[in-house]
Amino acid sequence: MSTHPILELRGVSKRFGAVQALYQVDFKVHPGEVMALVGDNGAGKSTLIKCVAGIYPIDAGEVLFDGNPVQVHGPKDAAALGIEVVYQDLALADNLDVVQNMFLGREQLGSLRRLDEVSMERRAKETLDSLSVTTIRSVRQTVAGLSGGQRQSVAVAKAVMWNSKVVILDEPTAALGVAQTRQVLDLVKRLGQQGLAVVLVSHNLHDIFEVADSITVLRLGQSIAEHRTAEVTQTQVVESITAGKLSKVPGLAEEVVA
Amino acid sequence: MSTQVPPVEASPAAPSTVAPAGDSVGDAARRWWAGIRAGDLGILPIIIGLLVIVVVFQSQNDRFLTSGNFVNLIVQLAATAVIAMGVVFVLLLGEIDLSVGYVAGVAGVATALMLLPDGSNELSAGPAIVIAIAIGASIGLLHGLLITKLGIPSFVVTLAGLLGWNGVVLLLIGTRGTVTIQNDTIIGVANDFLSDGIAWLVLLLGIALYAGVLLSGRRARAKAALPAEPIALLVLRVAALAAIGAAVVAVANDDRGVPYVFLLLTGLFILWTYVLNRTTFGRHVYAVGGNAEAARRAGINVDRVKIACFMIASSMAALGGIVLASRLRSVDTNAGSGSILLYSIAAAVIGGTSLFGGRGNIRSAILGAMVIMSIDNGLGLLGLSSGTKFVVTGLVLLAAVAVDSISRRGRENAGRA
Ligand SMILES: Nc1ncnc2c1ncn2[C@@H]1O[C@H](COP(=O)(O)OP(=O)(O)OP(=O)(O)O)[C@@H](O)[C@H]1O
Ligand SMILES: [Mg+2]
Repeated sequence: MSTHPILELRGVSKRFGAVQALYQVDFKVHPGEVMALVGDNGAGKSTLIKCVAGIYPIDAGEVLFDGNPVQVHGPKDAAALGIEVVYQDLALADNLDVVQNMFLGREQLGSLRRLDEVSMERRAKETLDSLSVTTIRSVRQTVAGLSGGQRQSVAVAKAVMWNSKVVILDEPTAALGVAQTRQVLDLVKRLGQQGLAVVLVSHNLHDIFEVADSITVLRLGQSIAEHRTAEVTQTQVVESITAGKLSKVPGLAEEVVA
Repeated sequence: MSTQVPPVEASPAAPSTVAPAGDSVGDAARRWWAGIRAGDLGILPIIIGLLVIVVVFQSQNDRFLTSGNFVNLIVQLAATAVIAMGVVFVLLLGEIDLSVGYVAGVAGVATALMLLPDGSNELSAGPAIVIAIAIGASIGLLHGLLITKLGIPSFVVTLAGLLGWNGVVLLLIGTRGTVTIQNDTIIGVANDFLSDGIAWLVLLLGIALYAGVLLSGRRARAKAALPAEPIALLVLRVAALAAIGAAVVAVANDDRGVPYVFLLLTGLFILWTYVLNRTTFGRHVYAVGGNAEAARRAGINVDRVKIACFMIASSMAALGGIVLASRLRSVDTNAGSGSILLYSIAAAVIGGTSLFGGRGNIRSAILGAMVIMSIDNGLGLLGLSSGTKFVVTGLVLLAAVAVDSISRRGRENAGRA
């Protein structure tokens, strides 16, 4: 593992109206590291991810990529840096087919700026094959006709297709069967071994202990602790999730932001 | 809380839409039938509808199925079809444009005024058309900016447009009452015809082009070892185009010939179908209509796509307004009023473009215009009033939307929603 983090958040805050979704969160992940992000429902995991991806602007704090402060104003910026995200709600367009979804926003063009359907279809197939996704019968069927697990496979395939440096997966196994979950966990491990930084959001501590190198715990929008997986037990992690000490008083947060 | 986990239970896998390698026409037909049973009706309702219309009107008045009336019908439906093509873009977003009628009116009046022979600033037809379409594009830009940047619903913006552009028509006409068009080029758009030989030549070129496109597409897929359509189906498609095209040319030539507007319609159909199916922009239109948030997260500039669609809608409305003015050889204070707006939107919907966004195509504009204008034309031949026309067209629109809703339910049940 290299010495400096590829992605680092320092003191990031985000507020939605009356809800302080994130408060002075510190977070970092190194190349080749699988970092689990855990916390109860509403702890702010998805919000943190969307801030990194440029979906939500942050209110305060800074984001560093490869040691340099960066401004991520939108998904294009994040993708340009090499950050790929599988969102919890998957963000697929139901009326488009598998190939069209996988290349959405990054379509390959042939002559005359025409969509190069043939090479897109081939690459989509190769990617799905490499992930051992065998249940999707045709990559030309619309996503609406896929099962929850199949949709998730498409979303994961869409994220790993671009030689990215950081892959963020928000509950990628939530809808998956046993075999598919196995595939995704193996994939997460493989991505880490290939030197990518992987951020994995999950509620399943068993899975996390199997694949993650480190665990960051969020509680009520604050980063509580960062554990090395090898050095903690599941019980200790559960304790941080449910009763971790809030170092910053939420009441103060309002004054700081206001 | 905010957890949005997709349903776990698997929906039955939908039949694939692309033929596996080496399958036959029989397989293709079976897939088509399975699609229909799953609620993917395609153009079937339209074909049946047109057949019913033909049988009903022909039995009432045997002038309906004459070559002369056929040519009339093409000229009559042209403006509606042109405007409806623009409306398709807006409907694909899941938005609406209620202003297209009077935008067509503004463009028609502007064209007529620019061509006034007594004016010192008389223009020739080309620049006048370009300026009129540019006016349309600017109107669309204005609508698009209000809708995206201020967040006003398109329904409200274009409803204001409906009133406002009607006012502009009246202001432009002023005290003139009626402005007649004397420019031969503009008049010719809807009132001139291809010579018989040229029409056949254009048809041959069209068939060759279509066959070439299908073949090269098939070869590219085969080279990449991807499943391709059976060659027999490809032959069938080309043969179908040749048969329909030959019928159109033969019947039209029996009368005055193929109208220039038919060429215009064909050209616009090819252009916009290409844009929707073969370009990044078209892909993004469908994505925004299907799931705007997913499009945004894919880095698509959703606002820009929407603005472009409203600009296309208004530009096509402007072009439709010119076609209409050409057919009537004049414009007056009624320009853009009456049935033109509702017919255009209804045409796109009857043709199969969903009002809910994300589903539809350019073809629907032409097919829908065919249905609406044959009813309009047929009832006209029977000497029935506008009142009857509107009631019947309203019922057809209702039927079309009902078919859409029912087939949507079918798709949902079959996991194809
Ligand atoms: N777009 C939004 N507008 C307003 N509030 C929001 C928005 N998104 C998230 N929140 C709020 O921010 C808090 C954190 O939500 P978030 O989705 O990040 O939680 P999470 O940790 O991902 O939870 P889960 O495990 O349920 O996915 C919640 O209180 C939520 O209601
Ligand atoms: Mg979440």
